[in-house]
Amino acid sequence: MFDDRSPIYRQIAEQIKGDVLRGVLKADEQVMSTNQYAAYYRINPATAAKAFQQLVDEGVIYKRRGVGMFVDAGAQQRLREQRRDRFFADVLAPMIAEARALDIPVADIVARLQQLDDPGDTR
Amino acid sequence: MTLAIQTSALQVRYGDTVALHDIDLDLPGGKIYGLLGRNGAGKTSLLATLAGFRKPSTGTVRVGGQPVFENARVTTRVCLIREDGGVGDTTDNLGDVLSMARMLRPGWDEKYAAELMDRFALPRKKTIGALSRGQRSAFGVVVGLASRADVTMFDEAHLGMDAPTRQLFLDELLRDYVARPRTFVVSTHLIEEQSPVFEQVLILHDGALLVHEELDELRGRGVSVTGPAHVVDDFVFGLTVLGQEQLGPTKRAMVYGTLGEDSLRAARAHGLEIGPVALQDLFIHLTGGVR
Repeated sequence: MFDDRSPIYRQIAEQIKGDVLRGVLKADEQVMSTNQYAAYYRINPATAAKAFQQLVDEGVIYKRRGVGMFVDAGAQQRLREQRRDRFFADVLAPMIAEARALDIPVADIVARLQQLDDPGDTR
Repeated sequence: MTLAIQTSALQVRYGDTVALHDIDLDLPGGKIYGLLGRNGAGKTSLLATLAGFRKPSTGTVRVGGQPVFENARVTTRVCLIREDGGVGDTTDNLGDVLSMARMLRPGWDEKYAAELMDRFALPRKKTIGALSRGQRSAFGVVVGLASRADVTMFDEAHLGMDAPTRQLFLDELLRDYVARPRTFVVSTHLIEEQSPVFEQVLILHDGALLVHEELDELRGRGVSVTGPAHVVDDFVFGLTVLGQEQLGPTKRAMVYGTLGEDSLRAARAHGLEIGPVALQDLFIHLTGGVR
């Protein structure tokens, strides 16, 4: 579930953001409580609470007193914009570096991308 | 009710041997603390002293602000389950030990004890001597949790338990902690498996307190730097290097501390690979490496 290295609360926060981004958790949907989360993943409740607090601070989720925590309606869109900004640096740059090491021309990559992205292609 | 634990300049000596020296601890109540240390580091001496089983040679131990040694008002609210799971004599049957605990433990919950006996599949009619090592540990966990003591300590409660039973122990610990927040101190060698349930971690080394930190802070504390040997050497110069290993021209150094954004950028610009360090590796290197 969690890797044994980086801080657990950060891994939890990233995971929930991933769920919001992909629409697994929808706008205004309730998220698990910190205690449910702690029991399910066998982690300390304070660690889970720290992750949720970070998500509240970032506006991904909001608290309703005495009820629980819910996904912010604008969170998915905001996360998308943030990830778009990072996409080229995080995903594309390492790919180009790897392609260069393997001597794969950029034109080949472009051609393959176009094939993959073409819904009419049934291969 | 949660109780805080404080020690000041705590020393424990056995003859000429110093088991604990100058331990200053400040543990606010209501958290789960993990106690780590190599064999002989002083974990058992510390737990025995915190529970009032042993008198400090010098220094003080306070639980809930009160001295703990020979102070029944405090010791009845503290429960230490020792490493041998020893909660009775080998000829006692489990049912009798539970009856005894009911009399001695002000917070004892009979119904919860019965539930736990079922969950850990422990036979009431057997004697302690007839149990396997893992069952004896599990019985220790039952007595420790059902005591509902304000301070509950387990000294290597996992000894001899199989993997499903160890998971059950962590599940029950978390479940009961959430339902009735209190202070837990759990010593363990199973760092990767058990540390996620700790809020703070204490590391003892050669009788001294080496680390007291939030688990997640500690997990972020190690950095591995990998690359060509001379580039790595230049980069880690002046940093706290816990260990290094070399495979051909490639070197990996383990650094204690966190790197700032500038350092990270510089590392990447020099073609170095920066990664996190597993808590167990950090522990091994902080306590002297593999001897």
